[in-house]
Amino acid sequence: MTTLKTKVLPADGHLAATSSGARARHTPLVPSAGMRRVWLTLLGWGIALIIFFPILWMVLTGFKTEAEAIADPSLIFTPTLESYVAVQARADYFKFAMNSVVVAFGSTLLALLIAIPAAYAMAFLPTRRTKATLLWMLSTKMLPPVGVLVPIYLIFRDLGLLDTRSGLIIVYTLMNLPIVVWMLYTFFKDLPRDILEAGRMDGASTFQEVVYLLLPLTLPGIASTGLLSVILSWNEAFWSLNLTSSNAAPLTAYIASFSSPEGLFWAKLSAASTMAIAPILIFGWLTQKQMVRGLTFGAVK
Amino acid sequence: MKFAYAFPLAGLAAAFATAAQAETITVATVNNNDMVIMQSLTSAFEEAHPGIRVNWVVLEENVLRQRLTTDIATDGGQFDVMTIGTYEAPIWAERGWLVALDDLPEAYQEEDLLKPVRDGLSHNGSLYALPFYAESSMLYYRTDLFEEAGIEMPEQPSWEEVREWAAELHDPANQLAGICLRGKPGWGENMAFVSTLVNTFGGRWFDEEWNPELDSPAWQEAIGFYVDLLGNYGPPGASSNGFNENLALFSRGNCAMWVDATSAAGKLYNPAESQVADRLGFAPAPVAETPKGAHWLWSWALAIPASSEKQEAAQTFLTWATSQEYIELVGETQGWTSVPPGTRESTYANENYQREAPFAGFVLDAINSADPTDSTLEPSPYVGVQFVGIPEFQSIGTQVGQTIAAALTGDTGVEQALQNAQRATARTMQRAGY
Amino acid sequence: MSKTRASGRTVGGLRSLSLQAPAVTLLLLWMLVPLGMTVWFSLQRYNLLMPEMVGFAGLENYEFLFTDPALWRAMGNTLVLVGSVLTITVVGGVLLAVLFQQEFPGRGIARVLAISPFFVMPTVSALVWKNMMMHPSNGVLAWLAGVFGLPAVDWFSALPMTSIIIIVAWQWLPFALLILLTAMQSLDEDQVEAARMDGAGPIAVFFYITLPHLKRAISVVIMIQMIFLLTIFAEIYVTTSGGPGLATTNLAFLIYMQALLDFDVGLASAGGVVAIILANIVAIFLVRLVARNLES
Repeated sequence: MTTLKTKVLPADGHLAATSSGARARHTPLVPSAGMRRVWLTLLGWGIALIIFFPILWMVLTGFKTEAEAIADPSLIFTPTLESYVAVQARADYFKFAMNSVVVAFGSTLLALLIAIPAAYAMAFLPTRRTKATLLWMLSTKMLPPVGVLVPIYLIFRDLGLLDTRSGLIIVYTLMNLPIVVWMLYTFFKDLPRDILEAGRMDGASTFQEVVYLLLPLTLPGIASTGLLSVILSWNEAFWSLNLTSSNAAPLTAYIASFSSPEGLFWAKLSAASTMAIAPILIFGWLTQKQMVRGLTFGAVK
Repeated sequence: MKFAYAFPLAGLAAAFATAAQAETITVATVNNNDMVIMQSLTSAFEEAHPGIRVNWVVLEENVLRQRLTTDIATDGGQFDVMTIGTYEAPIWAERGWLVALDDLPEAYQEEDLLKPVRDGLSHNGSLYALPFYAESSMLYYRTDLFEEAGIEMPEQPSWEEVREWAAELHDPANQLAGICLRGKPGWGENMAFVSTLVNTFGGRWFDEEWNPELDSPAWQEAIGFYVDLLGNYGPPGASSNGFNENLALFSRGNCAMWVDATSAAGKLYNPAESQVADRLGFAPAPVAETPKGAHWLWSWALAIPASSEKQEAAQTFLTWATSQEYIELVGETQGWTSVPPGTRESTYANENYQREAPFAGFVLDAINSADPTDSTLEPSPYVGVQFVGIPEFQSIGTQVGQTIAAALTGDTGVEQALQNAQRATARTMQRAGY
Repeated sequence: MSKTRASGRTVGGLRSLSLQAPAVTLLLLWMLVPLGMTVWFSLQRYNLLMPEMVGFAGLENYEFLFTDPALWRAMGNTLVLVGSVLTITVVGGVLLAVLFQQEFPGRGIARVLAISPFFVMPTVSALVWKNMMMHPSNGVLAWLAGVFGLPAVDWFSALPMTSIIIIVAWQWLPFALLILLTAMQSLDEDQVEAARMDGAGPIAVFFYITLPHLKRAISVVIMIQMIFLLTIFAEIYVTTSGGPGLATTNLAFLIYMQALLDFDVGLASAGGVVAIILANIVAIFLVRLVARNLES
């Protein structure tokens, strides 16, 4: 017998107060809830730090000199900005970063714009073809880019798209579209139909349905999808290196210039990489805020 | 048009005109130290030649090569100056992709360029790229360890002697490897070194009919020696160590000896980057049966793709970056050990350079005696000491490099590895129509 | 308004198609043009470096590819790599998603830390692991082994495939974690409470409520990751160059070595077609495995 509860459905989907209150009343019978919390904290942070450790190491190395970078691993060293200075002197971080930002976010926005209607249709208006279309979309990604480099290069050359941000945005949008559609489809499918039907019965048009009901409710899903699409574009190192030269080169080219075939470069590469992931880390943290638990369903008025 | 508008418009037009005169050339280069220095001296160039601005594209060697080849073969026109090596230059020149550099100004002093390097960048007698930097290979060793063990380095060490010394100095308990050598698979990584080893043991890649000879006795001997030497007296993880890893190891004092590029000398000699700067000795690369091809020759050079629309400006840049004046500029501003080595006689005649870089003489000798047209005991149809100047070599070299790395780790025996290598090479050559 | 069937499913029809149209059309173009050109090139003799040798080659490129003794090894390596990483990331991802769903102080930051490996460029990740973590002389793992008195593991020489798997799994675990964690957001707390009230322990809750809820997300993770993992290249290129021998050569690297280094566009295209076929086979296999989860 399920308990009927009235839940609040605010547009931003924050945790409703009633929920946690209800949970507190039914505290599990496992003793020492406090101990449990301690264990959870240790485990959670422990694992997070272990996973994060190589990156932490990389960040630390960015503050060492090249000689220290290849010395025995040590947490004790005199931090220096030498590598950062060298890196910035060699290549203008901001130009590359700007290109990365424009291309990654541009392609993500474009992909989302195209994908949301498509995913909506596939999730809520399924036809016989839906499954096949989804699979086919994914199969467009199976072509290894190395095989198509020359044809695409020729096409871009003729269209004047070489070394332009728009060219990269187009490529990335198409590259990420299948994934964005798939993920949105998955998250949309998790929504119980009742809510949208309720909206429809209240006289909402499709557009209103999507913008005022669907999007707010699936915000965590859209946020995650957006984040992943941004990361995939940000780190994409094949097209970005081959289709650009000096004007539209993003951070992947910046980093590629520090991975040297001859010479010590670990500190500089670490510094450059730290600068390259900094914007993403911040963006990632911001999108995490969208993933606050507490979207509640099963609302029965 | 009203008169009132004419003046500001004229001013605007004038401004545009001067701005339009500034040409921008795009230079693509490798991210070696010397090129990075060249990039940092761009302002000096732009001052000396107002009206030309430089855009840089700096990439790692293999990525750069792929990028440039894609562009030049498809007539992409993205670059005005390309950094290429002695491997690509003759191949691309033959295909008409590069601009011939026949009318260089007198002041450039073309004859000053070292002959082997010049020849390596020419095709049918014309020069197609101006050498920016050149290197050969030599033996680095720790003078302190040799002194302690009472070993004296002769003028021309042999591989047998090197093996004895490595055995004596090998001290894994103290993190010291007897010798460090390249092991990471790659036509320009381990195979660059292995090719010279094979050369000096009397072998060659192909006979005069272009049949691969990878299972010949000379190869067996050379690879067997290599696997034994590096396997027993090398550092741990040798099969994934390339130039950089070995440089790091030697700088930290983990190697007693190292045979590799002469370009490492400047870095090892620099106390800011190397812990063994004060205990460093140099010797010519070791030989076995023949001194031919015992040390390699490589040059990075600047070339102009035929698809460039700014060839004149590009040539101005080329001649500036590879001139005597440029070398002096680097010497004065960055220190003489950072001067791009191996391109001009005048560099080596320079007193400052001789004083600051005690290895200079070695390097000059090594480069002058590395002859890409005559690097094997028996005659061979190809050009190149540590590579074979055919387009298929990148693929062949990397595949063979893999099999040799497998022999090194003991995954396959030497004989089996060479058989695999022979088969793979024969297959590729057959497909290419040889 | 829209028609509703008794089952509650609406009939899509024209509206559905028109909403999907932009995505489908674009992808169609994107797929057909390069795919068409790839297939076309695979039947040609076309080498960028030898423009004069152009002509119809029929199945020559494919023949060359399939007579390569390295091909089967490469395919096997590809499957091993994909299978291992999928297993590690899915299992790890589910467990970590459950963990990070629990409340504990600083959970938000811990989450970001746990998904951070995905932010780093693959080449950089591989370099960091190769030279700073796994290096037998001056790597962190070697140092750690020393602290426990154990000999340092020579990762890339002795356990090359394992090393690559570790690096790739480390990179992709965050991806799985992120998707699964997001899917957890929509887990109905009511159900969990009801189960608890009925006396179900945490493990039962996990297997009977959480896991079924995540099924769809898991299948998405598997499908998407499979696509990427089949064409892993950068990590191999930077660390082992496919070696020693063929130990870490996967299909993508094989194609690189045989065709791309030579700028043999014809052979590379043939390799691309083979890669697509392999990917489709693996996909069909996986789809059968998780097919039922595509419909709710």
